[in-house]
Amino acid sequence: MEILFFYLVAGVAIISAFFVVKCRNPINSALNLVTTFLCLAVFYVMLESPFMAAIQIIVYAGAIMVLIIFVIMLLNFGQTINGRYTHGVAAAGVVSVLLMLVATQLVRSGDATGTGGPVTSALIADVGHTELIGRALFLDFVLPFEIAGVLLLIAIVGALIIAKQKV
Amino acid sequence: MVMTPEVLTLSNTPVLFTVAMLLKIAVAFVVMLLIVAYATYAERKIIGRMQTRMGPTMTGPKGLLQPIADGLKLFFKEDMTPSQAHPFAFALAPMMLLAPAFVAIAVVPFGGDLHFTYDGVLYVVPMQITDLNIGVLFILAMAGLGVYGIVLAGLASNSKYALLGGIRSTAQMISYELAAGLSIVAIFMLSETLSLRGIVLAQQGPLWGIEALKYIPNWYIFSQPLAFGLFLVASMAEINRTPFDLPEAETELVSGFCTEYSSMKYALFFMAEYANMITISAITATIFLGGWSGPFYGWINFLLKVFAFMFFFIWIRATFPRLRYDQLMHMGWKVMLPLALANIVFTGIAVLLWQ
Repeated sequence: MEILFFYLVAGVAIISAFFVVKCRNPINSALNLVTTFLCLAVFYVMLESPFMAAIQIIVYAGAIMVLIIFVIMLLNFGQTINGRYTHGVAAAGVVSVLLMLVATQLVRSGDATGTGGPVTSALIADVGHTELIGRALFLDFVLPFEIAGVLLLIAIVGALIIAKQKV
Repeated sequence: MVMTPEVLTLSNTPVLFTVAMLLKIAVAFVVMLLIVAYATYAERKIIGRMQTRMGPTMTGPKGLLQPIADGLKLFFKEDMTPSQAHPFAFALAPMMLLAPAFVAIAVVPFGGDLHFTYDGVLYVVPMQITDLNIGVLFILAMAGLGVYGIVLAGLASNSKYALLGGIRSTAQMISYELAAGLSIVAIFMLSETLSLRGIVLAQQGPLWGIEALKYIPNWYIFSQPLAFGLFLVASMAEINRTPFDLPEAETELVSGFCTEYSSMKYALFFMAEYANMITISAITATIFLGGWSGPFYGWINFLLKVFAFMFFFIWIRATFPRLRYDQLMHMGWKVMLPLALANIVFTGIAVLLWQ
């Protein structure tokens, strides 16, 4: 049952990802990308990480893609591209097939050790996924977390200064 | 003989569980649709009374059949798609707006536990479609997806009014989503859970656990009045209700993002507006007003709170004029966001001190 559901969602994810590249209209591409993100969120739920799924939808589908569509809208970029681009599609196809071969090679080259990590399904069911992530972020990895926060702040201030410049 | 109640799950009784689940979904969906239909009637009646008019009176007794007549009229109107529109995105937009509003209600608990005996075993059914342990995040995610409906409507119509309405609404929804999300972070710090059921259960008992205050319930509206106000205003802005209805400002943008829509697609936009109103009312009642707890039986309390909030939204619409666009952005980013952040900091200090 779960395997069937997985293949269904995986199929949708792959088809929509294909259409992101193939669509001639940027809006349709963006919509297909949203579908791909939603499928990824379903995978996170199936991997017992509901917090990641929610964040995936809130951040990627709810904020980043809306910004991308916003830019398409503001730049009036919503027209269909009429030129043919068969070469690009062919080249991208060859590259992706090669990447897939490399990835399968990598996955198959190692042996499964059979040892489990500290985070197990029982622990997630007992403590909760959100609590586990919160503890890891704010207790175990608080320094990297703070450094990332400061870096993001610097990036925001930098972006503001560049955007506010009189050209 | 005292029986230990057993929670109905898919593993212990698959058939009974499926039936109960389908029943809960059907009841929640039908009730929500009915409230949507009669919210339009209530809105016209209440605003009419507030402006010393009668509101609809002609269709049925006291105009009670007006929503049905409106629905039938819209259903039989010609469904047009402008020749310059993107057909797929144009048809998708109203659905993208309506679906998240209905899906979000799935995690809202509308009553306490229901007990019943079947085959000699006492079963417990929670009156909630599903209790996710990330319930509030799920609602925020659905609210984020709701933006697509309006954006796509504005973009796919290929009309300047629709485009302007869409741009305004996107900016507005992104700004206020942040304020709404941040304002309820303070609630999680008090409840220590993201599950809506857990939040309701944390609001039982007397205020702050003090026995002398036992007539005042421990609702988060008393612990977090600022968060309550921020969340209510930000959600009102997020669902484009007056005084934040700039995306469909009639005086300047014809009808905003839904200018090019007709027939049932247009009706779907209106249904989405009221469905969003119900969802927001239900969530506010759950998070700040103790959900189903109160003097009456479970779901009656809950429905009363939802109706009170809807009346409040309609009242606001009859009272306030529309904001200007720069005022709206100023309020969202420079007033509500800092207030929400300050509220989080103060709540954090208070929680640390009292623990």
